Amino acid sequence: MSDFTNDFWNWYISVITVVSILACAVFLWKLTTRKLAPGEKPGTMGHVWDEDLQEFNNPLPNWWRWLFYITIVFSLGYLALYPGLGSFDGTLKWSSTGQYEKEMAAAEDNFGPLFAKYAAMDIREVAADPAARRIGENLYLNYCAQCHASDARGSRGFPNLADNAWQYGGEPETIKATLLNGRNGIMPPMAAALPGEGVKDVAHYVMSLSGMTHDNLRKTRGAELFQTNCAVCHGADGTGNKMLGAPNLTDDAWLYGRGESTIIETITQGRNGVMPAWGEFLGDDKVHILSAYVWSLSNQ
Amino acid sequence: MSASERSQGAAAAEPVEQALYEVRKKIYPRAVTGVFALWRWVAVWATQLVFYGLPWLTWNDRQAVLFDLVHRKFYIFGLVFWPQDIVYLTVLLIISAYSLFLFTAVGGRLWCGYACPQTVYTEIFMWIERKIEGDRMKRMKLDKGPLSGRKLALKAAKHGAWIALALWTGFTFVGYFTPIADLAAKVMQWSLGPWETFWVFFYGFATYGNAGWMREQVCKYMCPYARFQSVMFDRDTLIITYDNDRGEPRGARAKSADHKAKGLGDCVDCGICVQVCPTGIDIRNGLQYECIGCAACIDGCNQVMGKMGYPKGLIRYSSEHALEEKFDFAQMVRRVVRPRILIYTAVLWTIIIAAGLTLGNRVPVKVDVIRDRITMAAPDDPQVQNVYRLAIMNTSEQSRQFRISVTGLEGLALEAEAQPVTVGGASQRVIPVRLRVDKEKTIPGANPIVFTVETVGTEEPIVITERATLIAPKTE
Repeated sequence: MSDFTNDFWNWYISVITVVSILACAVFLWKLTTRKLAPGEKPGTMGHVWDEDLQEFNNPLPNWWRWLFYITIVFSLGYLALYPGLGSFDGTLKWSSTGQYEKEMAAAEDNFGPLFAKYAAMDIREVAADPAARRIGENLYLNYCAQCHASDARGSRGFPNLADNAWQYGGEPETIKATLLNGRNGIMPPMAAALPGEGVKDVAHYVMSLSGMTHDNLRKTRGAELFQTNCAVCHGADGTGNKMLGAPNLTDDAWLYGRGESTIIETITQGRNGVMPAWGEFLGDDKVHILSAYVWSLSNQ
Repeated sequence: MSASERSQGAAAAEPVEQALYEVRKKIYPRAVTGVFALWRWVAVWATQLVFYGLPWLTWNDRQAVLFDLVHRKFYIFGLVFWPQDIVYLTVLLIISAYSLFLFTAVGGRLWCGYACPQTVYTEIFMWIERKIEGDRMKRMKLDKGPLSGRKLALKAAKHGAWIALALWTGFTFVGYFTPIADLAAKVMQWSLGPWETFWVFFYGFATYGNAGWMREQVCKYMCPYARFQSVMFDRDTLIITYDNDRGEPRGARAKSADHKAKGLGDCVDCGICVQVCPTGIDIRNGLQYECIGCAACIDGCNQVMGKMGYPKGLIRYSSEHALEEKFDFAQMVRRVVRPRILIYTAVLWTIIIAAGLTLGNRVPVKVDVIRDRITMAAPDDPQVQNVYRLAIMNTSEQSRQFRISVTGLEGLALEAEAQPVTVGGASQRVIPVRLRVDKEKTIPGANPIVFTVETVGTEEPIVITERATLIAPKTE
């Protein structure tokens, strides 16, 4: 209970709690009998409503009173074992975080051996195993589908995983490395390096690479600019560089959409694509199965 | 009340301490035979044959009635209920509630007297007690007597029998949730899981404690139904009544004597009605909240009336109204037809028929459509794309094949895995589906579409339609 800035509240809660419980015990002790005033009827509780409606005394059995005492003993035991008194942690040191960690550890004990079995296998073999594929599908739907879509065909800014076009390479080991460590695909903004009509000219050259309709004059002008400004990463022929994650510009896979306006936007403003690292969160064994699933999407 | 009146006399001078809790006086109900005792035994057999027997039946190579909490499947003979079918549980509870209202309004606490597990198990436990310790007088004498070898042996035998039955009850109860044949095997191998062990003992302990020790105290102090049933009572509700006019003034007499000449009523004041009462009340004091309506006193009194040669029914099912107006049986029965009863009956039958129809037309397939929250379109792309997850739930026990299609927009194209898709028996699969449509065929925002999932290969196809929306961006 570190939320308290002042120790006062700690004592405030503890004292009220303990005093209330003890007060209940005292009341219980004192109120098991009552004094009848002379002339009072013992059969009723002495209340009368609506002229003649009276509350009768129907005594409860004695064991019922002991149930009340048991609740008091229980509450004191509870307060000793569990956190309940201000900042006191309880002798069992129970916390919801601790319980979560315990359950996660239990799940790890339960499923760990299953994952470990696949972790020892080659990713291609794992991909061929139907049970591993189902696990992979579940992992995918839980952790990946938010960006890459439930059918793994991606969406704008998030790559299609089933089309065999790979920015960083489609080898099983490469996919696993991507999943474990994440990727940061940076296309720098080129507007400053391509003044005037430069951006548009380069865009038309890029469009020509994958056979989109383009302006031939601009394409020719753009080709030169491409060689000096873009070829370092995307290669002289525009087929990209998987080491750098520079996309192949000659195929039909357009991460941010095809067409002149999108390509001009990309060249002018640059792009910053982030694939988060899953290694720490999921652990190597789950990533192994997941890699096999993702690889199988375009290899089976 | 006489004891308290005396204490009141003594209290006139000075204040007196009065206890608000009291020691329970143990009740020793006397065995009784008769029409209503027979009915109570019929109810005991009917309910307990079902309870103990049902888990052992099989259906489709599985337990006929099994509530599989782990997999969230609830099997009742041919039906498999999923958590989505919770409405049927609600309906069952509503039907139970209205049945309770109806039966109580007509016949008083019939539930308490004949069918409630507390009554039924107490009945069984008392039968065991009687077989081992003897009837009322013998039991009272045994309890009063000093501790002896015989007393110890009888008590040990009784509690042993009670505990055995209670544990069997706990075992049967858990058998509704864990397949009972497996459970039996586990018990034999002494390898029950911690939760199964806990519930067998917990339910067993509750049975032993409630039916052996607590008995009428459960009804008097703990049960809410016992109390709120009185709200359903009215002047024409059948209750167990003592005919005051006919019985009073009560008094002992020789069988041969002409009691009317002596100014006596029909009540011979034998006290049988008090001795047989499982809640220890005297029905001659009128309607009391402790009365569970078991009719033991009717049987007891009728036997005595028979022996005395008087007409039966000094204590009988009657109503306050009937007693007041001296209705005969036919007049009393006629008053069963009254607005309250008609309304309860109408509501009850409406719900039963509606539930029956829905259950009869229940389709063994459910489909949920969940749209992915992803970007739907790229600026230069002439098409809009939406991705959906179709959760297809096959609630029947055989594997089925499904074909998915979609309508609602012109040129709407569907991409999914090869169709038809197969979903195993009593399981579900999530099928991702991508829809593409030309932007110009859509309106910005939500476009209503309809997914159709139909079974393939079955004699009569089951068709499920599920409405969904396709979201399209604004066109520039």
